[in-house]
Amino acid sequence: MSTMVKYEEKALKIVGTRPLRPDGVDKVTGRARFAADYSLPGQLIGKVLRSPHPHARLKSIDTSAAQALPGVKAVVTREDFADMPSEFAASGELTINFRDVTRNMMAREKVLYDGHPVAAVAAISESIARKALKLIKVEYEVLPHVIDVVEAVKPDAPLLHEQQYTDGVTPKPDKPSNIAKRLLFARGDLAAGFKQAELVVEREFNTKPVHQGYIEPQACLASYSEDGVAELWTGTQGHFVVRAQCAKVLQMDIGKLRVYPTELGGGFGGKNNLYNEPLAIALSRKSHRPVKMVMTREEVFRATGPTSGANIKVKIGCTKDGRITAADAELNFQAGAFAGSSVGMAAPCTFTRYDLENVRVVGNDITTNRPKVAAYRAPGAPIAVFAVESVIDEMAKKLRIDPIEFRLRNAAREGTQTYYGPKLGPIGYIETLEKAKAHPHYSAPLGPNQGRGIATGFWFNIGMETSSTLNLNEDGTVTLIMGTVDVAGGLRASMAMMVAEELGIEYDKVRPVVSDTTMLAFNFITAGSRGTFAGGMACVLAARDAIEKLRRRAAQIREVALDDIAWKDGAARPASASAKQFEPMSLAELGRMAGKTGGTISGHSAINAQGAGPGFSTHIVDVEVDRQTGLVKVLRYTIAQDVGKAIHPAYVEGQLQGACVQGIGWSLNEEYVYGADGVLQNPGFLDYRVPVASDVPFIETIIVEVPNPNHPYGVRGAGEVSIIPPIAAISNAIENAVGIRLREQPMSPPKVLKALDEGKG
Amino acid sequence: MSKNRVTATVNGDAVEFLCETQQTLLEVLRDELRLTGTKEGCGTGDCGACSVMVDGRLVCSCLMLGVEAQGKSVQTIEGMATGKTLHPLQRKFLEHAALQCGVCTPGVLVAARALLERTPDPTEQEVRYWLAGNLCRCTGYHKIVEAVLDAAREMRGA
Repeated sequence: MSTMVKYEEKALKIVGTRPLRPDGVDKVTGRARFAADYSLPGQLIGKVLRSPHPHARLKSIDTSAAQALPGVKAVVTREDFADMPSEFAASGELTINFRDVTRNMMAREKVLYDGHPVAAVAAISESIARKALKLIKVEYEVLPHVIDVVEAVKPDAPLLHEQQYTDGVTPKPDKPSNIAKRLLFARGDLAAGFKQAELVVEREFNTKPVHQGYIEPQACLASYSEDGVAELWTGTQGHFVVRAQCAKVLQMDIGKLRVYPTELGGGFGGKNNLYNEPLAIALSRKSHRPVKMVMTREEVFRATGPTSGANIKVKIGCTKDGRITAADAELNFQAGAFAGSSVGMAAPCTFTRYDLENVRVVGNDITTNRPKVAAYRAPGAPIAVFAVESVIDEMAKKLRIDPIEFRLRNAAREGTQTYYGPKLGPIGYIETLEKAKAHPHYSAPLGPNQGRGIATGFWFNIGMETSSTLNLNEDGTVTLIMGTVDVAGGLRASMAMMVAEELGIEYDKVRPVVSDTTMLAFNFITAGSRGTFAGGMACVLAARDAIEKLRRRAAQIREVALDDIAWKDGAARPASASAKQFEPMSLAELGRMAGKTGGTISGHSAINAQGAGPGFSTHIVDVEVDRQTGLVKVLRYTIAQDVGKAIHPAYVEGQLQGACVQGIGWSLNEEYVYGADGVLQNPGFLDYRVPVASDVPFIETIIVEVPNPNHPYGVRGAGEVSIIPPIAAISNAIENAVGIRLREQPMSPPKVLKALDEGKG
Repeated sequence: MSKNRVTATVNGDAVEFLCETQQTLLEVLRDELRLTGTKEGCGTGDCGACSVMVDGRLVCSCLMLGVEAQGKSVQTIEGMATGKTLHPLQRKFLEHAALQCGVCTPGVLVAARALLERTPDPTEQEVRYWLAGNLCRCTGYHKIVEAVLDAAREMRGA
């Protein structure tokens, strides 16, 4: 059973305004508690020993000297964890396999990347824990490794998994391969489409992995009690999923593990997965003491998920008047050490913006000796879209058609049949293109070495399992318990606003809290821009459930029929002039009397939200290229994005701006750099350069609101779409500025300078 | 290992603590004095999340040893508000939605205050370059810069 709630247009008092976030004051005063800020009496410090090799067989691990060091209370290795059979589960936007999860958190037969955990220690101080790591003797049989995705698919490439046969190919291959899976989306007749084409452009692109770059390194605190019950504090996007996965790999009952989601210091998809959590619980179980584990920044870079790097081939055909007749793409995505890249999400996003008759997307999920990739904001889509939007730009230029006009001629709209499944409902793609075109930015003059680029993006947005409870307090205030983690976009504010709107009370009378795993049943991870959509739907339904109960209570107290009572402006009132009249009863009155009139009142909902509305975004960027240094400076940036409805417009703007600047970093500077030895060379913020304040201009936002028909307030989801277009938009702007088209990301000064010197056009 | 005894002033209070020689000021603030408002983002002076003032100078507390605080005056985020009255920067950060996850926020606020103390009327560019040592991954800096400029306006009485 799934739940859909229809959009109703109505006059709004709170939704659409800009109140302060409930978590705000604590965050500006230093009071907010992130995972690393928690401590327990008697806690130990846990540290991880990591592989220095990208690929090696683990012959033996001797922990005896470490265990003998005074102050060391527990050491765990592969011996302390059960092997898991192959079993798949949803985890955020990507799928996980428990066989791999248990091997990624602690290496078993082999180490598969520089930074792969091989042992963990808990000691009475960090310095003793570090000393103990040095006393662990590991015997490795070093194996040849492969880092690059193009190298990894060659027949003689080093093989990561001897039992991995490419899934999705018939007949089943007779040799194992680094290609874990091949997927295909197709529609129409590709050959016929290319035959109709008057212009065909075919290009190849390469991108490097980039990291989510959250400022808070992963941290957790675990306490395992002698009765087999454990508590875990962790910074995560999905505490229920952490609980389920930890319980599974540690062979515990789910009900015996209580997970508290702490304030999250950024996630962006990267905090959907298990890293130290099961190790901390296992160390606590073994040492009989609480164990705290905090990653260093170097560990974050070496061992937590970047997104995929990729090799992409795109071929598009169109008529002279710019109608696309055929579109074909091959996406070769790095999965890292274990199968499960974002290629499955990238493939449907590759061309969905356009109304296409003949289309094919082939995706390959390829294992390489790098950390297992994790989701990163609209996982995979920016990579595929970089390629497609660059080719579209080139075609528009060749045909002398304005790039926005070219997109308008092919734009997806309500009723467009996608190649991955559904027909699109009401969407706002065309509206974003038209708003961008009409914006003064689009026609502003440019100086020498300056150029303007356009690109667009699509993201599904998702729903999934969500629950919420709303408790009416004795004084008429409301406690809203929500199960979706506030990943920092202002979710608590948006939920409280929708509930206040439903109940007809002031915003600050609703106090939202994120539950731990015992206060509500399972809630899915905050991913896929689902928070405000699915979480909001659950909160609205909990409020409506409470309103039903409030009406019944008022009917009982005032001795009138239920039908004579309507809930309006925070009170039970006569339903109409013709209904039986009575003295209205406010929420506060009903709250005060609740105990004596039948017990406390609360509303609840537990749903599997369906009907997520896709989001679209159009970006305009101006850059200036320094011909002496190759530096690309972003001068001006404007975003037009359809969010369905902006519950809190300032927080929506913040999502668009934040996503966009991550995209700018991805475009211009960020990349994983490996040496010939397969070791990551830039595991720190000095050499992995994310954008700083002086790198970027103000990011102007145009919020487009085409309501999602399947959400009570029309919400689509806002967090992800705007990370998709920047790489292509900036590449297109560089081409517009200096006539050089870069098909490799990042477009960093050395690469731009090289391309300028070579005069590539 | 014997520990060092250090006396210093933190947010106006005289404090005394014991620390290992290699412990940073950041570790001392967080683990010994339990002032966890100052955050560790990198431990290498690249992200600015651990920014504090030491004798009026803006420093990354992860790059200074705890023992070096001997006799010095340290100001952290916990000392920024006066009683229940938020510093104008703190208020403007809330009003302008200049924070999301909040993990960089204490460091950004401490750094921004240091800027406004020496440059009460900064340009947008001055704000951007001053804060270039404070990484924020959530906001894209737009609303942070707006909040700092607005706080500067208010503090000047303009």
